[in-house]
Amino acid sequence: MNAAKALALPAALLVLAEIGARAAGPSDSIAPPTQVAAAFVGALADGSLIAATRDTLASAFGGLAIGASLGLVLGIVLGSLRALDRLMELALELLRPIPSVAVIPIALVALGFGYRLEIVIVSVACFWPLLILARAAVGGVEPRLIEVARALRLSPLQRTIKIVAPAALPRIFIAFRLAAGISLIVAVTVEIAVNPQGLGYEVMTAGQALRPELMLAYLAWIGIVGFALNAALIFAQNRLFGEAGRIEAPR
Amino acid sequence: MTAVWWRIAGVLVVAALIALWGEIAALKLVSPVFLPTPARVWFALVNGFGRADLAEKLLGTVGHMMGGWAVASVAGVGLGALVGSSKAARDYVGPTLEFLRPLPASAVIPVAIAMFGLTPRMALGVIGFGSIWPVLLATMHGFAAVEPRLGEVARALRMSRWQTIAKVSLPSATPDILAGLRLGLTVSLILAVVCEMIAGLDGLGQWVLLAARSYKSADIFAGVALLGAIGVVANAMLSLIEARALRWRTSSGS
Repeated sequence: MNAAKALALPAALLVLAEIGARAAGPSDSIAPPTQVAAAFVGALADGSLIAATRDTLASAFGGLAIGASLGLVLGIVLGSLRALDRLMELALELLRPIPSVAVIPIALVALGFGYRLEIVIVSVACFWPLLILARAAVGGVEPRLIEVARALRLSPLQRTIKIVAPAALPRIFIAFRLAAGISLIVAVTVEIAVNPQGLGYEVMTAGQALRPELMLAYLAWIGIVGFALNAALIFAQNRLFGEAGRIEAPR
Repeated sequence: MTAVWWRIAGVLVVAALIALWGEIAALKLVSPVFLPTPARVWFALVNGFGRADLAEKLLGTVGHMMGGWAVASVAGVGLGALVGSSKAARDYVGPTLEFLRPLPASAVIPVAIAMFGLTPRMALGVIGFGSIWPVLLATMHGFAAVEPRLGEVARALRMSRWQTIAKVSLPSATPDILAGLRLGLTVSLILAVVCEMIAGLDGLGQWVLLAARSYKSADIFAGVALLGAIGVVANAMLSLIEARALRWRTSSGS
């Protein structure tokens, strides 16, 4: 019953789009869903869709791995050392509002086009959520657990690995999920703005070639990839952390 | 008192980082082609505001950002209130919105270009589309999560549907809506920059990309610094609004 309700609106929209697009005749920006589906099958068959998806995901995941690890390490350090955190606070407050896409020109001059440009921008974008949320998660670890660590005379490194990290892990995973979503968005954005590779570039060239059906097919595919990535991460979160993973935003 | 000292220490750290940057740039540890000295960036800023049209670009970006954000905020709160306050609407519309949400807003830029061309209207459409999601979903959540007993009170007082929305649901959903508006503002700044880069619209996005094409690294850094400043100011503005709008909450003390 719920699935039927969920599908009613998209189905109605698709039918309307089909009728509307056919009635309006040929256009540069709209195509009937059946033609979009045909274009999708075409791009899938000639391999261009798969190659573009591979390029985009490689850059997104590469940047995610680098940016998330750096943010995680710095977040844990700042979350454990209160004094250092307060010293760095202003510097981070000034750097954080810089939009990640503003780094594009700097990276473009330094690196030129290609994977490295995209990976750098994605890592900048993924660095912040991990830093902020890992810092909050580590800072918010139950104080009694820290007392236990002290009573057991654990070294700071042992304390971080054995007590702090496991306690903060569910919230850190939420940050990772957020960053994974951001990585795909930023990768596609960089491709649309400057970088001539991947899914973003394919949407752009299809639009410029006045092939709306191919453009919309790629757009829909980007939506499906984003949705699948998000769904996979939510599944992993529930699987790995169960109830503990359902704590949402940090308090 | 100690808070003031920490603030001063923070300023000193920022000064030290800038000095370190200057030292690295002066020693040419990183090629000056892409790492200018702080002095050159400062000169580029002064020069940009004095002789070039940097002020105009700054206003252009702020205009694109605020225009798109305003459209998205009004539409997002309105739609979110409509969908969020009805269980049936949530069942029908919610899943579609959840499916569309992870879609990168920048991916609709080519579609918007095909519809509107390389015009400010294209930018308005893209920025509005991109920043409506956080506002819409947060508002829906806020309206759906209204304490049920408050709904019963409204019914007992025989309030009409509109009165219920205005006097009960909206105030109760305000914290969620404000959180959504803040996220939407961040998204709109990013999309404004991207649209300016692609469509060559007057703004800082176009300015930094042109500077990159002519390898003027000081101009790039000046533009990036201004974009950061826009972000800082926009956030501070929203914090101010938040503090005023939620004053009743803190004073009631739950």
